[in-house]
Amino acid sequence: MSGALTPRNVVIAALLVGLALLPLYVSITGDRFLLTLFTRIVILAMAAVSLNLILGYGGMMSFGHAAYLGIGGYTVAILAFEGVQSGFVQWPLALAASALFALVVGALSLRTRGVYFIMITLAFAQMAYYLASGMARYGGDDGLGLDSRSQFAGLLNLSNKTTFYYVCLILLCASILLVWRLTISRFGMVLRGTRSNETRMRAIGFPTYRYKLAGFVIAGTMCGLAGALVANHTDFVSPAMMYWTRSGDLIVMVVLGGMGTLFGPVFGALALLFLEQFLPTLISAVVRPFNPAGAVKAGEYWQIVLGPLLLLVVLFARGGIDGLLRMLSSRERHG
Amino acid sequence: MTLFIEQCLNGLQFGLLLFLLAAGLTLVFGIMDLVNLAHGSLYMLGAYFAATFTAWTGSFVLGAVLALGATLMVGMAVEVIAMRRLYGRDHLDHVLGTFGLILFFDEAVRLIWGPAGLSLPLPGWLNTSVQILPGIQYSAYRLAIIAVTLAVAAFLYVLVMRTRIGMLIRAGASNREMVAALGVNIKLLFTLVFGLGAVLAGLAGLMQAPILTVQIGMGENILILAFVITVIGGIGSIRGAFIAALLVGFIDTLGRAFFPELLRMVLSGPAAATAAPALSSMLIYILMAVILVAKPEGLFPVGSK
Repeated sequence: MSGALTPRNVVIAALLVGLALLPLYVSITGDRFLLTLFTRIVILAMAAVSLNLILGYGGMMSFGHAAYLGIGGYTVAILAFEGVQSGFVQWPLALAASALFALVVGALSLRTRGVYFIMITLAFAQMAYYLASGMARYGGDDGLGLDSRSQFAGLLNLSNKTTFYYVCLILLCASILLVWRLTISRFGMVLRGTRSNETRMRAIGFPTYRYKLAGFVIAGTMCGLAGALVANHTDFVSPAMMYWTRSGDLIVMVVLGGMGTLFGPVFGALALLFLEQFLPTLISAVVRPFNPAGAVKAGEYWQIVLGPLLLLVVLFARGGIDGLLRMLSSRERHG
Repeated sequence: MTLFIEQCLNGLQFGLLLFLLAAGLTLVFGIMDLVNLAHGSLYMLGAYFAATFTAWTGSFVLGAVLALGATLMVGMAVEVIAMRRLYGRDHLDHVLGTFGLILFFDEAVRLIWGPAGLSLPLPGWLNTSVQILPGIQYSAYRLAIIAVTLAVAAFLYVLVMRTRIGMLIRAGASNREMVAALGVNIKLLFTLVFGLGAVLAGLAGLMQAPILTVQIGMGENILILAFVITVIGGIGSIRGAFIAALLVGFIDTLGRAFFPELLRMVLSGPAAATAAPALSSMLIYILMAVILVAKPEGLFPVGSK
């Protein structure tokens, strides 16, 4: 990451400033929906950042990352249901629960590689999904609502939407900072080396299994925190949070934004949720001149566009959004 | 006892059905090294086509045959348009690209057939029960499924082990480049194998259709089971897929039927009642985790590449 004023750095800076000033814009225009949307984007960006640590930097293709969102979320919701409202208890326990789950899953899964690793992480996430569906006391399939958000003894009022947004944003920035510090540390170098050539890393004496496991647990824990935020944001948790397509969404965010880059996952989360939000409108607008009556209905079928779009990104734009910005940046520097 | 035999037959039937899906998946993976999440979409399409064609023609058998043809066409088209470009890319690309295809197919089905599910009524001659043992009645249709899937399994065995195409398939699985270098039209072979996988998935879908409702997303749950099977059996191994499919079919069916009772003997009433439903749907995943920990390449690993 150079300090030069390249288009990529300008976009990243603009993004951060934009995210920081969003509540100001919302308070002027009164567009509360925008704040809710962006809170969701920021939280899911955090989950994507955590997945990027193992997927992008560590080369571990986990297909069960949504499980940690669910575990973090369920820990908060179950504690609240049982009468423990304090965030000082809820959040550390959410972190501990996801760390423990990641430790067990990682210790078993990292013995396998390739497709086997993809499938075993998927299987563990499905296990968590079915476990949640089966907990009759905590709502089973229907999920569990939260009566009140995590209490921070008067320090923070998470029910205030702006406060909550800033809490999420600060935690997102902290995650990015953590990933950055990790990836330039010795630990991160070993992790990245393992992605390129594990045999060689082992040959020069690194116990790669332990390094990968440590990375896996850190990522799981970070995602667990994002899960605690999701529960507080929606005041609700359900097994659907952990369904395998949710894990797929997280992978899409990482790849769409740019794997193994610091801000890629943030771009990815932003892009995917924007598509989810605005693609229906866009499709309606395109269809309207041809079929005014069916335009709104056509917008409901937005995934028919999103699907092939993903395929095209995979086929033709491997670097994702960050790769695109990087290309612009280097073109400018040379030309 | 009657219930036990019935559940065993149900397990056998479900296992064989899963084998049809897993066989296609494992063939495609073994030969093209492609992780195809969209396999479940072909299963769903098979069911939708069968429901539609049966309604048009008024005949279940004719509808099924037409549905298989249609699934074959869709499968080969998907291979030529999309999959072909994914060969040789890494598995992450496969997962993402085919994830996109799932979204596309689910939405396309919703656009064509609407959000409500369809039902595929059974013809009278299948909608009866047969006395299999003195005093034990069993659904004729489920017996028919068992017969058809066993026949397909036998056909697959002969096709792969005894024919020239099968020889090419096995050769392709162990060394793709060499087969291509020897002058085999590998592109055509891949399209055919993918089409075969699609037909198997479509067949599974249309046979399951009268038992369950035909609905969007029906392919997703069963796809995960099929993946579990290919992984347990060893990716690329049809024999492994067959054994693992039966194992999973039995464990899933019998687990759901009898596991809660077993648990009640060990745990106290309320605890068992809470844990049983969750645990019985987790059984298969626990099985998979145990097997992969003991044998990280599955039960029947295909020779090293």
